[in-house]
Amino acid sequence: MAGMRRPEAGEAPPPAPALTIDALGRKCPIPIIMLAEQINSVPLNAVVSVLADDPAAFTDVPAWCRLKSHHHVGTHELPQGGWAIHVRRNY
Amino acid sequence: MAYFDAASTEPLHPAAREALITALDAGAADPARLYGAARRSRLLLERARAEAAEAIGARPDEVSFTSSGTQAVHLGVLGTLLGRRRAGRRMVTGAVEHSSVLAAGAAHEREGGTVEVVGVGLTGRVDPAEYAAAVAVEGTALACLQTANHEVGTLQPVAEAAEACRAAGVPLLVDAAQTLGRLPVPPGWSVLAGSAHKWGGPAGVGLLVVRKGTRWRSPLPEDERERRRVPGFENVPAAVAAVAALRARIVEAAEENARLSALVDRIRAEVPRLVPDVEVVGEPVDRAPHIVTFSCLYVAGEAILTELDRVGFAVSSGSSCSASTLRPSHVLEAMGVLTHGNVRVSLPRGASGADVDRFLSVLPGIVRRIRESVGVRSS
Repeated sequence: MAGMRRPEAGEAPPPAPALTIDALGRKCPIPIIMLAEQINSVPLNAVVSVLADDPAAFTDVPAWCRLKSHHHVGTHELPQGGWAIHVRRNY
Repeated sequence: MAYFDAASTEPLHPAAREALITALDAGAADPARLYGAARRSRLLLERARAEAAEAIGARPDEVSFTSSGTQAVHLGVLGTLLGRRRAGRRMVTGAVEHSSVLAAGAAHEREGGTVEVVGVGLTGRVDPAEYAAAVAVEGTALACLQTANHEVGTLQPVAEAAEACRAAGVPLLVDAAQTLGRLPVPPGWSVLAGSAHKWGGPAGVGLLVVRKGTRWRSPLPEDERERRRVPGFENVPAAVAAVAALRARIVEAAEENARLSALVDRIRAEVPRLVPDVEVVGEPVDRAPHIVTFSCLYVAGEAILTELDRVGFAVSSGSSCSASTLRPSHVLEAMGVLTHGNVRVSLPRGASGADVDRFLSVLPGIVRRIRESVGVRSS
């Protein structure tokens, strides 16, 4: 399953997001639509962080990355609930 | 209207309708009593049981009629766990089993048992080696696996799982709800569960089959009915109708499977060609003959269902917005595929190629219009 991924010990820390999309409180597919609209506004290889708390986003952002050949860098739990889902622009 | 939701419930088979109408009178008396009408009722029930046993490859005394497929699963899971309590309290299940299996597992956990969930790959299939390793762990009392997934159609490696269970001395409960009457029952199970309305029988009848030699104890209060396996007065007319449908479906299966499977192949091939940004999910070949599921990016599943209904198509969706809960389908989640924009097409017996063609002709416009309404352009 497209689950949580935390950096392994010794692994380089993930690059800081170039853009944060606040989709908290928005239901899928809205977070995905926001991501698709804005990914091309960051430079190649830059990271977009999608903040979302709809449970569907947890699965759907990584699935979108697979379909669109972008890279799902990792998913981090937010203290207030929801996730920061990091996506690297591949092309 | 084109009804494409057979995986939820299959329309009543003509053989079931005919048997039901006859049995409503002939099977009305209490089969546990001794007078003539009761004996006739019992005869009908026992004939239905014997015929079901023959269709499944079991002995009549192994077969019980339940009040639903869900009840068959609940009794099968909890009764086997109870019967095997001395062997351990560990249950193994696949991640994409029907909610009745997972709910029975949750009930088992509340009673202090443990449940290990074996994950699935992108197509929704459990890995046989991973499943075998889970089953081999000391203290495993029961393993559960479906024949085919109810949401994406993927066939599970039941034969391999059964072999692993045999080697480990663990009973295997097979949930055959989506394939009974369509595909042969894979060998090697200890407990089998099925649901009549999925194969064209009436609602309110399930099958629970417990192989001789499998330890099983009812988790419910004692009752004399169905050899003490299932509590409550038997629904003889419905059981008779259910088995009539099962036998009729098995006779038709080879021809109808091939026909429906070709229609599913057409949908699997055409949808990604006609609609941009679509993912067809599930095993393309190793699948139930009648189920196909796809997800459309940037679209709410509920919106597609509503629009399809408007033009005369009944389909279902695993997207959270169209389900009764706020969570998306656990099946799609476990597979790691898109959960939004999800459409499941499941073809009933007799589904026509013309209806499938019309579905394929209206779908692209519907998806395009919904996308445009939320500002997403697609080619």
